[in-house]
Amino acid sequence: MVDIPYEGIAGIPPAEVPEVELYHPRSWWTRYVFSQDAKVIAIQYSLTASAIGLVALVLSWLMRLQLGFPGTFSFIDANQYLQFITMHGMIMVIYLLTALFLGGFGNYLIPLMVGARDMVFPYVNMLSYWVYLLAVLVLASTFFVPGGPTGAGWTLYPPQAILSGTPGQDWGIILMMSSLILFIIGFTMGGLNYVVTVLQARTRGMTLMRLPLTVWGIFTATVMALLAFPALFVASVMLLLDRLLGTSFFMPSLVEMGQLSKYGGGSPLLFQHLFWFFGHPEVYIVALPAFGIVSDLISTHARKNIFGYRMMVWAIVGIGALSFVVWAHHMYVSGMFPQFGYFFATTTLIIAIPTAIKVYNWVLTLWRGDIHLRVPMLFALGFIITFVNGGLTGLFLGNVVVDVPLSDTMFVVAHFHMVMGVAPIMVVLGAIYHWYPKVTGRMLNDVLGKFHFWVTFLGAYLIFFPMHYLGLLGVPRRYFELGDTAFIPSSAHSLNAFISVVALTVGFSQMVFLFNLAWSLFKGEASGGNPWRATTLEWQTPETPPGHGNWGKELPIVYRWAYDYSVPGAAEDFIPQNQPPRATQLVQGAAS
Amino acid sequence: MSAIILFLAALAVIAGWWLSQQRLTAKPWLEEGSVGDFPGGDSMTWPAAKVGLGVFLAVASALFVLFISAYSMRMSVVDWRPLPVPRLLWVNTGVLVLSSVALQWSYVAAGRQDTESVKIGLLAGGASAVIFLAGQLLAWQRLGAAGYLVASNPANSFFYLLTAVHGLHLTGGLVALGRTSAKVWRGAEIADMRLSVELCTIYWHFLLLVWLVLLGLLTGWTDDFVNICRQLLS
Repeated sequence: MVDIPYEGIAGIPPAEVPEVELYHPRSWWTRYVFSQDAKVIAIQYSLTASAIGLVALVLSWLMRLQLGFPGTFSFIDANQYLQFITMHGMIMVIYLLTALFLGGFGNYLIPLMVGARDMVFPYVNMLSYWVYLLAVLVLASTFFVPGGPTGAGWTLYPPQAILSGTPGQDWGIILMMSSLILFIIGFTMGGLNYVVTVLQARTRGMTLMRLPLTVWGIFTATVMALLAFPALFVASVMLLLDRLLGTSFFMPSLVEMGQLSKYGGGSPLLFQHLFWFFGHPEVYIVALPAFGIVSDLISTHARKNIFGYRMMVWAIVGIGALSFVVWAHHMYVSGMFPQFGYFFATTTLIIAIPTAIKVYNWVLTLWRGDIHLRVPMLFALGFIITFVNGGLTGLFLGNVVVDVPLSDTMFVVAHFHMVMGVAPIMVVLGAIYHWYPKVTGRMLNDVLGKFHFWVTFLGAYLIFFPMHYLGLLGVPRRYFELGDTAFIPSSAHSLNAFISVVALTVGFSQMVFLFNLAWSLFKGEASGGNPWRATTLEWQTPETPPGHGNWGKELPIVYRWAYDYSVPGAAEDFIPQNQPPRATQLVQGAAS
Repeated sequence: MSAIILFLAALAVIAGWWLSQQRLTAKPWLEEGSVGDFPGGDSMTWPAAKVGLGVFLAVASALFVLFISAYSMRMSVVDWRPLPVPRLLWVNTGVLVLSSVALQWSYVAAGRQDTESVKIGLLAGGASAVIFLAGQLLAWQRLGAAGYLVASNPANSFFYLLTAVHGLHLTGGLVALGRTSAKVWRGAEIADMRLSVELCTIYWHFLLLVWLVLLGLLTGWTDDFVNICRQLLS
């Protein structure tokens, strides 16, 4: 480290926010329910997302029961199976992961990490949550309407999504589209806050290159989401009009139930373009916050600065930009102009470069680090291992000639669950273990946490690794039952039963986690303000949990980057971002 | 999809320019020290609300450009029958231009601390925007009466859809304009209201620009351009 000669630091006043700018709750209702405090909104987002996520988890058990033991459970029929698939996918991708990473972690961490008192538009931020809640309620209501939720698959491809014969054709599909439209409106309100807060509300000294990678990840993902979600909005509105008013944006002329339908000329391919123009960036909207958070977890728990910080930032921005020009790799078998495929295969494979840089940098951060195998670190390591696995199968599927035979098999299911299901969830869980002490002031139980980690990590591997093999055998996805098919050996059926048993076990371990969350809230060991001895600003708040306005009278001033761990010659193995330079300390010491 | 790709490329240029001002090549691990030692790290000097509006306009533009992308893809199918654009739209366009001009005038007046002119400008801007919306509804009614129903041809569907989306954005703007006007009427300091008036004005200009692009699309003036764009990717 270079010692920078330092003078006149006392002349720089801390940034103070005028009292009027801060919103003050006046009653219990505005403090805990209609709150404009980003931390409360974050918890509301997280609890709502987790609640609907649990519904999706239960749906996955029902699917696994059917797949592992076909014909045993009479309460699951083919239509319901399709509905389970659809709702599981849609909830997990959008209503759980997107909402949790951006609405949950984004709201909690951005103001604290950049040294702000709150989001810049607190009222809009509050509206964002309530619109999101409405979207979730509309989605959940589809379980209770006549005909049930839609069974069109989470991609909702027309024409089948709105034709009779698809479950939920009456109400399910209409409410699904309405819920998506609401979600996008709510997200846009929140997203404006996350972006503008990072741009405008950073405290003194917090340059962009001193931001923790968590903020970089969430910031970039939010920018992408703001530009990608409009595509889903357009697709949803137009599909809704096709269903309700009989327009033919996407619907070709076809025979429905023996009758020529009223539709004609529409282009199902247009829907796929719009959907995947949103859908592919969505993968990175979920992945980039995970990348950012995992970088901070690894650095903190390995007591070592992140390797290649600049390269990590560039890679995040690069991945964000590239992810907008790869969408049609989801459409190799859609009947689009075939030569497009090779363009999109090339861009897809290019994304492997910044992604690989990130993986190398995580591993090199661990190299000769002082690794503490605490629960957040275990989950971070679990993330790297599952993400590398899922990423490598992505290289298979990114190639047109390999994708065509593997498309619509269990191989694809295994791939995307590894890369954007298990891997981000590992980060979510690790991040909860990491930041729970800041949110509640108490530690989560370590024994239960380690149990949770090992069952989840090993279990997830045992579920999805063999699934690749099923895919290579040609076992199709989205099938209610396989029946007697010559090319599927009986071992595949045994494997399916095995996967189902493991899936239920992993599901059970999540209940242990929920118990841990509730139990530790009251009985957990008191954590103090900075239990992991971390450098970033959220651990330096005067109170834990942080009070309203986050900081005391004065905002912190930032003097260094976020990764001063194990600095040679320093008294401790971490130097908080708001600790003044050594030169100043010496001067002050001499003066006193 | 070439329209949205071109739009994103333009955004990427802006974002790249901004990032290039942020010293992304700095080596933060060497730069211990306080504010001011290292240039280029400050927040923008713009007020947060203005940056927020800028980001929102980027999102709204993305939305409209995606609709335009869909439009240009769908119009290449053989069943597309362009509908005759009602004359009324030209009147409406004129009213929307007036609305934008009135707000611009109001904004300039706010700079001069001229309260009366600000009020007149806001009132004229708001009233002409309402007239524009009423005119759009009338145009819908006439088209419907002439048999151009929403589902009878994709060109009709897009006409109704695009005008509706634009109208909804304008309605949202009217809410903001209404709040600003109410504050001005209740006697708020013009110096404090200048930013609100400016934001409304920017938004109005944006919606006018969007409307002119949509009008070009709906009247078929831009067909040649759309064709060129479509050929870019094929």
